[in-house]
Amino acid sequence: MRKIKELIIEKSLLSSALVTIAVTIGIILVLSIEAFRFFSEVSIYDFFTDTQWTPLFTEKHFGILPLLSGTLLTSFIAIAFALPIGLSISIYLSEYAPKSFRKSVKPLLELLAAVPTVVYGFFALVVVTPFLQEIIPNLSGFNSLSAGIVMGIMIIPYISSLSEDALHAVPDSLREASYGMGSTKFQTAFKVIVPAASSGIIVSIILAISRAIGETMIVAIAAGQQPRLTFDPTVPIETITAYIVQVSLGDVQHGSLEYRTIFAAGITLFVFTFLLNTLSYRIRKKFQEKYE
Amino acid sequence: MSIVLAIGACGDKKEKKGAEDSQEIGALSGTIKVDGSSTVFPITEAVAEEFRAVQPKVNVTIGVSGTGGGFKKFSRGETNISDASRPIKDKEKAACEENNIKYLELEIAYDGLAVLVHPENDWVDSFTVEELKKIWEPAAQGKIMKWNQIRPEWPNEEMHLFGPGVASGTYDYFTEAVVGESGSSRGDFTASEDDHVLVQGIAGDKYSLGFFGLAYYAENKDKLKLIGVHNGEEVVKPTLETVKNGSYRPLSRPLFIYVNSTSVASPEVVEFVNYYIDNAGELSKDVGYIPLPSENYSAQKASFKTFVESNK
Repeated sequence: MRKIKELIIEKSLLSSALVTIAVTIGIILVLSIEAFRFFSEVSIYDFFTDTQWTPLFTEKHFGILPLLSGTLLTSFIAIAFALPIGLSISIYLSEYAPKSFRKSVKPLLELLAAVPTVVYGFFALVVVTPFLQEIIPNLSGFNSLSAGIVMGIMIIPYISSLSEDALHAVPDSLREASYGMGSTKFQTAFKVIVPAASSGIIVSIILAISRAIGETMIVAIAAGQQPRLTFDPTVPIETITAYIVQVSLGDVQHGSLEYRTIFAAGITLFVFTFLLNTLSYRIRKKFQEKYE
Repeated sequence: MSIVLAIGACGDKKEKKGAEDSQEIGALSGTIKVDGSSTVFPITEAVAEEFRAVQPKVNVTIGVSGTGGGFKKFSRGETNISDASRPIKDKEKAACEENNIKYLELEIAYDGLAVLVHPENDWVDSFTVEELKKIWEPAAQGKIMKWNQIRPEWPNEEMHLFGPGVASGTYDYFTEAVVGESGSSRGDFTASEDDHVLVQGIAGDKYSLGFFGLAYYAENKDKLKLIGVHNGEEVVKPTLETVKNGSYRPLSRPLFIYVNSTSVASPEVVEFVNYYIDNAGELSKDVGYIPLPSENYSAQKASFKTFVESNK
């Protein structure tokens, strides 16, 4: 009897693991098949070299670059904003803050990641953009700067929390050795602990980047819906994710070439996040070898 | 973005025409599904809100999928009534026929397409249709990017364009009136089916230019600047008068609702549509549109009556 029970439990655990793998394979299959059909009509060369993206309009262009530049631009702004802040927070929490403070502040910081992204989107549109317009008068109502900054706020906990874990995991013997050499607390933190935890910090940054690249609601609401190849943060742009949302909600006919553009855009996005996740996995493995 | 609103009993309970008829019919119940144009939405919403005071048990849900998106659902029999800011296209007619959907077209109000810029824009006083065409036609894509390309005295600054998306009847109408071919325009502008997004975009950008239905301008007068359009004789701004007397051309148009023939078997739909025709004149004015002459409403009501009887 007991054996059967164990067997049932084992098999059900196995099947739930298999379900996630099956779903992933299914997604990859659908994406590839639809994207393959898309690329049988539009050449890959045009897809990566054309500088215009207007598949829904009269003069059709299928160049992913404007969408890709939008995605990269907003992600870059987000990282540029989140990295210094997130890293400072993690160093403070790990090396300077009292234990009790760390215990209560860390979960609070992680709350930032729990705010629904649609709330962040409207925050960017109706609070951050008007505020920035006071400083930059030519800033458009939709722009990548404000969307990027708010996205940066959202990913701060990814960087601060994971980096803090990495900093905290550095063995105390390193700290003691550093103090023994006569270095100050500041020197110990920045010259010894941060380099020692660098691979963990890099992993946290990569995860934050891949989160930023896949972010949808904030950019769909606050960054605009106009694909354009530019790195000017003050004008409306469109990201890959925002385009997919726009087409999914519109009345584009299923099965048409216009409809398949979202799969082509989706697989581009997938390749990017996949590469980033693989990279972070590799670095994490290296990091584990170092300390065990 | 598509939003579905269920209208709550929050409307002020003004006594409207039609209220006395319904007392004879008694209380009705059921759900009426409406979807379609975001331009017609404010009128349908106002009518539904008032109707709620008369028939509190009838639930009216109104979607905003754009005229094209609305007709798509209508042709599959998923909605009872479709809001439309242009007449039904042949392709959509064929889709209805395929699914055996018969319908009646009812004209309910006029709308003007407003051309708008940022309130701090002090260089534009008017547009000619040719200038609008030069800005919006497909050949402008990636080429007409700056204000001074339209008139040399305008600033050497990038023009940021905002307009309804391709699922919108407003887009179809504007492109037909300005470019000369429905659905034909440049693609490098911020396109959204949600007019509030366009208001937000134009109001937040000094070098913006956009267009949408007049009613959304009426709601946001303080945030936007309305630009007159040259009709061949003079520059005309869209107002109640100029849209009604036809001098605001070519950017004024009629708005419609389409009623599904199988739906008129339900008394609540018949009641709602009658109430709609009775009150569309006054309510459309309330929300920023232009009523039809009253004899047109009587004619619409008569044709609806025939339609109901022939589908009993």
